Amino acid sequence: MTGAYAIAAAVTDPELPVLTLADLGVLRRVEEKAGSVTVVITPTYSGCPALAAIRDDLVRVLTRAGYGDVRVRVELSPAWSSDWISHRGRRALAAAGISPPGPAPARDGGPVPLTLLPARRELRCPRCGSAAAELVSEFGATACKALYRCASCREPFEHVKEI
Amino acid sequence: MTHEAPASEHDDHDSPYEGLFGGDSDHWAFGTDFDDPLAGIEATIPDGADPRALAQYCLMLGDDALVLSHRLSQWCGRAPELELDIALANIALDLLGQARLLLARAASADPSVVPPLPGASEAVPSPVPAEDALAFFRDDRAYRNAWLAEAPNGDFGQTVARILLFATARLALLERLRASRDAVLAAVAAKGVRELAYHRDFAARWFVTLAQGTEESRRRVTAGLAEVWRHHDELFRAHPVERELAGAGVAVDPADVAGEADAALATVLAASDLPWPEVPQAGQLGGRSGRDGAHTEALSSLLAEMQSVARAHPLGRW
Repeated sequence: MTGAYAIAAAVTDPELPVLTLADLGVLRRVEEKAGSVTVVITPTYSGCPALAAIRDDLVRVLTRAGYGDVRVRVELSPAWSSDWISHRGRRALAAAGISPPGPAPARDGGPVPLTLLPARRELRCPRCGSAAAELVSEFGATACKALYRCASCREPFEHVKEI
Repeated sequence: MTHEAPASEHDDHDSPYEGLFGGDSDHWAFGTDFDDPLAGIEATIPDGADPRALAQYCLMLGDDALVLSHRLSQWCGRAPELELDIALANIALDLLGQARLLLARAASADPSVVPPLPGASEAVPSPVPAEDALAFFRDDRAYRNAWLAEAPNGDFGQTVARILLFATARLALLERLRASRDAVLAAVAAKGVRELAYHRDFAARWFVTLAQGTEESRRRVTAGLAEVWRHHDELFRAHPVERELAGAGVAVDPADVAGEADAALATVLAASDLPWPEVPQAGQLGGRSGRDGAHTEALSSLLAEMQSVARAHPLGRW
């Protein structure tokens, strides 16, 4: 039997299927006890609808792998940060045409500063590599992405937001 | 939950329609199989906090998010641009996620706040989780949201002004709530801060863009601001429940964050070349506010729409 952690870690995110749960950073840990498994995950955003699908996928693959009692627990704290996306995950995003996130905004404990200018991101078009990208929308098709357009090749692309 | 179909008879790639017809509901998020959204989170009531007060406080924070989420989702398919349609839906989704957790916390702190379902009994148990029962089976007088959340949308300028005011106040509040002695509130706040910072900045940029845009966009956003600003003071007026729980280190007194929120609002107004609005304040009816269950007619019609399907099929399974 393959280890439960390895099985859970290989499940992919339903909205970013190029990323495994481990590479996305939402897999906290896997606790194994005499045939029963508890997988602890964390949502990217409070309203992330993918969470229910992730839970069901975890139950299915682990049950198929022979684990009799599979539970999935959600932990909110500490809150997910895009900094938790692994290096491998960032490469997989770029290869799939999705621009990976830059560093999440630093929190020094004071009030979150207001930023009146659009977020200045150092990013490159995942298709042609050009640095001339224009922000189309701060929000995208899923809670975790913004929309850009490359000014060189004119292709639109998605960018994973920094949080 | 268990999956009855053996693997050999149920290959994922056989047919995309397989899951639709009986058996495996795996890929249908929000089906009838609900999970407790607070499973695994430390849910004991902090020492010195009255569980009933905690539940009321969670309803206040949760109803603000739920009601505004519904208002924003009314823009779906109607925003000025496709990108704005997506943006407003995204903000609504974040708020809905916050609402779900907060309403679930209200129910776990004081189960008596959860309304009974028509037709449910011991023999026919309710299929509806507590947070859904709170959302879909409470009357307007049991809602604890501020009037700012329930007011009609107005045009896009007014909606931007409302998100700006709402997100600025809620961000300042949740930043402090991260230190709550209630583990659930602290965790919800920590997640919410990141989301609200994004909402506030989005609204602030659009506010400045409209205010410094054309004569017409400036006229509209200024009028929208005057309309939503009637609810400025209600956001920072502490209800006795908030004061009591703030004293126990569980809640945040909204009056304590007014200065911080106003400073951010003043920055946006300055960048827009607009004065601090001076408009008569709303939010109270015979000395009672939204936090006491006193609301405007706008909430009744919002709930009539939002609750219609659930109330028509209280025991429906989806």
